Amino acid sequence: MSSMAMPAVSAPREPVAYRLYGKLGWTGLAVTWGGLVLLALLYYLTAESSALHVPDYVIVLIGKIMCYAMVALALDLIWGYAGILSLGHGLFFALGGYAFGMYLMRQIGHDGVYKSELPDFMVFLDWKEYPWFWAGTDQLWISLLLVVLVPGVLAAIFGFFAFRSRIKGVYFSIITQALTYAAMLLFFRNNTGFGGNNGFTDFKRIAEVGITLPGMKFTLFLLTAAALLGALLLCRWIVTSKLGRVLIAIRDAESRLRFCGYDTVGFKLFVWTVSAVIAGIAGALYVPQVGIINPGEMSPANSIEIAIAVAVGGRGTLIGALVGAGLLHGLKSWVTVAFPEFWLFLLGMLFVLVTLFLPQGIVGLWLRLRKK
Amino acid sequence: MKRNSLVSIITFIALCFIALPASAFKPALITKLATGENEDKIAAIGELVADGDASALPMLTALLDGNVQLAGKQILLMNGEEATDLLTGRKIAPVPAEREDVVLNNRVRRELESAVSALRLLAPERDVRLTAAKVLQANAEESMLPLIRKALAIEKDTEIRGLLTIIEATVQLGSKDRVARLAAVKALAGSTNPATKSLLLGVLEKKGDAFTEPDAEIRAEAQNALKSVESTLAIGERLGHIFSGISLGSILLLAALGLAITYGLMGVINMAHGELIMIGAYATYAVQNQFRAHLSGAFDWYLIAAIPVSFMAAALVGVLMERLVIRFLYGRPLETLLATWGISLLLIQSMRTLFGAQNVQVENPAWMSGGIALMGNLVLPWNRIVIIGFAFAVLAAVWLTLTRTRLGLFVRGVTQNRAMADCVGVPTSRVDTMAFALGSGIAGLAGCALSQIGNVGPDLGQTYIVDSFMVVVLGGVGQLAGTVVAGMGLGIANKFLEAWSGAVLAKIAVLAFIIIFIQKRPQGLFALKGRSVEN
Repeated sequence: MSSMAMPAVSAPREPVAYRLYGKLGWTGLAVTWGGLVLLALLYYLTAESSALHVPDYVIVLIGKIMCYAMVALALDLIWGYAGILSLGHGLFFALGGYAFGMYLMRQIGHDGVYKSELPDFMVFLDWKEYPWFWAGTDQLWISLLLVVLVPGVLAAIFGFFAFRSRIKGVYFSIITQALTYAAMLLFFRNNTGFGGNNGFTDFKRIAEVGITLPGMKFTLFLLTAAALLGALLLCRWIVTSKLGRVLIAIRDAESRLRFCGYDTVGFKLFVWTVSAVIAGIAGALYVPQVGIINPGEMSPANSIEIAIAVAVGGRGTLIGALVGAGLLHGLKSWVTVAFPEFWLFLLGMLFVLVTLFLPQGIVGLWLRLRKK
Repeated sequence: MKRNSLVSIITFIALCFIALPASAFKPALITKLATGENEDKIAAIGELVADGDASALPMLTALLDGNVQLAGKQILLMNGEEATDLLTGRKIAPVPAEREDVVLNNRVRRELESAVSALRLLAPERDVRLTAAKVLQANAEESMLPLIRKALAIEKDTEIRGLLTIIEATVQLGSKDRVARLAAVKALAGSTNPATKSLLLGVLEKKGDAFTEPDAEIRAEAQNALKSVESTLAIGERLGHIFSGISLGSILLLAALGLAITYGLMGVINMAHGELIMIGAYATYAVQNQFRAHLSGAFDWYLIAAIPVSFMAAALVGVLMERLVIRFLYGRPLETLLATWGISLLLIQSMRTLFGAQNVQVENPAWMSGGIALMGNLVLPWNRIVIIGFAFAVLAAVWLTLTRTRLGLFVRGVTQNRAMADCVGVPTSRVDTMAFALGSGIAGLAGCALSQIGNVGPDLGQTYIVDSFMVVVLGGVGQLAGTVVAGMGLGIANKFLEAWSGAVLAKIAVLAFIIIFIQKRPQGLFALKGRSVEN
């Protein structure tokens, strides 16, 4: 590895606020989540004609952004604290989405275009029965289990081999990118059994309840908000524990830590798998709200967008991931509608400017300004 | 085809003046052809073909093009405003006002077309003969057999000979004569044309309970022939895989060579490398357009001019990238990765704004089209051959630059020990810029080559970025030899797997292999020797 002439992964040199969030931080979190719940209640309880009513698309958009924020959080956990930059987190996100999507496809029942027991794309391929890897996906609990297991197991296997042979830094990033790229090619094939190009869409219901009903949207929104908060607290607990100290040590001086007698593989593997599972859950929440999952979610560009969301918000702060994802995707949904040909310029400039001038991200900048 | 019929009309006109064509054929035959019933016409065509006289060609093509007309008893061959009497060979002036077309129904037309093709087998131009043979492959008849044999006896070109053999055998297989069929099967055994296989399988086919071929001896012979054909075909196929593997490998090599410098030697992760390739391709496109507009006479040589232009265009963009962004990020590889990804997005969108989101057309120069036919199922296209040669030329140039020039010495020095190089007076920051420009320029050359075999569009670079990183990672950083071996190895492995499992699965298998390989040898195939700890 040394032949790469690659210095150690540089890390934010600022001392990280180990306690994470003072009084102000907790108040901010409480206000934000209070606002989210209020928004959901306004959507569900007020009449459509009412001035206070929150329109459908706002709920869907914010729900979507919360899912992105959750993946960003997952990435910050490993990149900001353990110094592992994954460019393949979109894969875990999409796998969680596909795992839950299989259940959603089964819930369509006979309401597809071909009125068949099987999803339309299988009828199209002239398949007579579900392939083996669809077994049990008609049960909600099995499918929820898969949401956790599929990304978790894949991450654990991949991570085990990668960390054991001490692949890290840019090498690791490039290989995770190749991984998600390979998966994307695989899922694009019709014969893989996941709907090929079109993926899964046209969902009808969850647990026999219509997916377009306001009550369902309300529930999904609140679930997402709760999951995001839960993930945030979990990550905070991890990084403020002793384990978190070890992770930061891995990020800053892995070899030194190894010479001290720590086996870094286990630590990295644990946090890496947790991160993948969080990403998977985010994907599972994303699919019913947005109504589609296709292999495009696995494209390398998607995964690298997650990384830039974290960088914009500020690495190694957890809250920065949420801020970054919120800003990036809020901006994206506005600009791609208002000035579509401008978005790539803006995104590209964001990548360059943030890395050059704002290495600590927005939260880091704010912390620095407060200290002065 | 249009051009061919024009040529034949011109030859015909020439013939009109030199020798009277009417003397070559019996007038009765011409009358039958022009005025007879459909059956008569077909019989006449058959007779002409059986004679195998190429001088009948102009008349038949004229008939096919609707240039033979009737005016009373006269049979006229029209050529614009002029008319010639086919029976006497004399010019008719003034042209009679009342003329009728010779009516051809579809069946006659079909007969006429295959007769024309059959006669064209004797044409002096290779292309004409090849097209004719290809047409005949679908609709040859027993009456053409003498003509085909005559053509076969004088044909020198391997590809056409192969086709003719097949045609001869196809016709013979349909014959009622057992000996002829047997001879045909035996002749097929030596063929290298892929169509032979299905022909032989047809002989062995069963219809219901009975074989289509009643004779057991012929069937046994066909079985043998099938075996020998299959083994010849397999050799050709395997050679074909190796060739397309080398071709893909040379493309990967070109795409990865620039990376081997920027990533391998300098340690800069340039995610915009693919976009530098794209810029090279667009530069080639721009040069092509300039040549078409101002130098259309020398259009075939635009590629020569495009090589330095695409190098310079990509190198210039590279210098700007290095000066404006990357030099602030040395030693922070993850940030470099994100920033260069941002640059790649900027470049893609700029190209979309400048040239449109659609793919643009880059044409091969004439000398790069076509190919060398080695066997019936093995044709090596010229553009691929040129690119393989080009890739190795670029490789040689890079190697010489790194090992024999002052810049190369500095680059290697800075790579090995930046601080020490600085101390002894190497202008490290200028060396960085130069090296980055060199790597970028090579990406531009890759783009110039790619424009000759694939689509040129704003997304061109995205296709190659993962692949070229894989080549560098597999080959081992800092090693040109590793890049060569990895590029070629991946190319050939990819093509063989592709034949066996389809393109997508092959690609996935290769990626999976690399991921596993890296576990075993994280430093790649060719690692620099030495011991150190990275932190």
